[in-house]
Amino acid sequence: MWSYDKILEFPVKIKNPNPALAKIIISQYGGPDGELAASIRYLSQRFTMITPEAIATLNDIGTEELAHLEIVGAMVHQLMKNASIEEIERAGVGPYYTDHGKGVYPQAAAGVPFTAAFIQVKGDPIVDLTEDLAAEQKARGTYEWLINQTDDPDVLEPLKFLREREVVHYQRFGEALRKVQDYLQEPRLFIMPKPDFMNRND
Amino acid sequence: MININNMMELKRELSAVHMMLEELQLYLNTHPSDRDAIAKRNLFAKQYKGLKDEFNKSYGMISQDDSFSPYPWQWVDEPWPWEYEANFKL
Repeated sequence: MWSYDKILEFPVKIKNPNPALAKIIISQYGGPDGELAASIRYLSQRFTMITPEAIATLNDIGTEELAHLEIVGAMVHQLMKNASIEEIERAGVGPYYTDHGKGVYPQAAAGVPFTAAFIQVKGDPIVDLTEDLAAEQKARGTYEWLINQTDDPDVLEPLKFLREREVVHYQRFGEALRKVQDYLQEPRLFIMPKPDFMNRND
Repeated sequence: MININNMMELKRELSAVHMMLEELQLYLNTHPSDRDAIAKRNLFAKQYKGLKDEFNKSYGMISQDDSFSPYPWQWVDEPWPWEYEANFKL
């Protein structure tokens, strides 16, 4: 179960509305390498994970990703909230506004709605953790492309924080994968060789 | 009367201490035998609890399951964390 704290993990305080930025940042809300995909991926994979370390890692990083989903949602919300219709139209956000108004809808930057096809849950610890390592790098890459597209410090700071968290998560998943590999390679056979006299038929 | 500056300062402290907790907890998941890290984590857990209690007393409910509410039910009070006004300036 979860318990909610009424505070963001990292503050979002964006002065200037900017629908064009909202339209691309939303990719980290509901896009292929976004926080919703990350969260639901880890929280679903944990049921069949092995080793206490890797299970806890999936559980807790999946939980932190929910807090990141909230941060990204707050960014999109604040970037849209005080935007005028003219600004929305000029920024090319008219199609989004038509379907969702100023609501925060989980979709990729190019408009593809969130789908579970963005993620995999294989039920195999090596497969799942290897996917998670890639996922963290893809999310880091996305945050860097987003950072490339703005110079508003109010937007940059939370983006930089979120990017840093992907780096930390990648490190922890690497350690979890090593634990799982070590566990799978541990010799677990304690069979004594059968003494010769037991094989005699005479 | 609530002093907004003091409230934001407390939120800043809450965020900082929570970040230490988050980081140490993830680290400990893959390093469960690091005695020093456990001691640090427990210290921050105590600090976090203290700060949340202080916030609850002065500015309202912050923790869904731990905070106490006066009358009327305070959990519904705005602003929610995703609003501009709820956040401190870096």
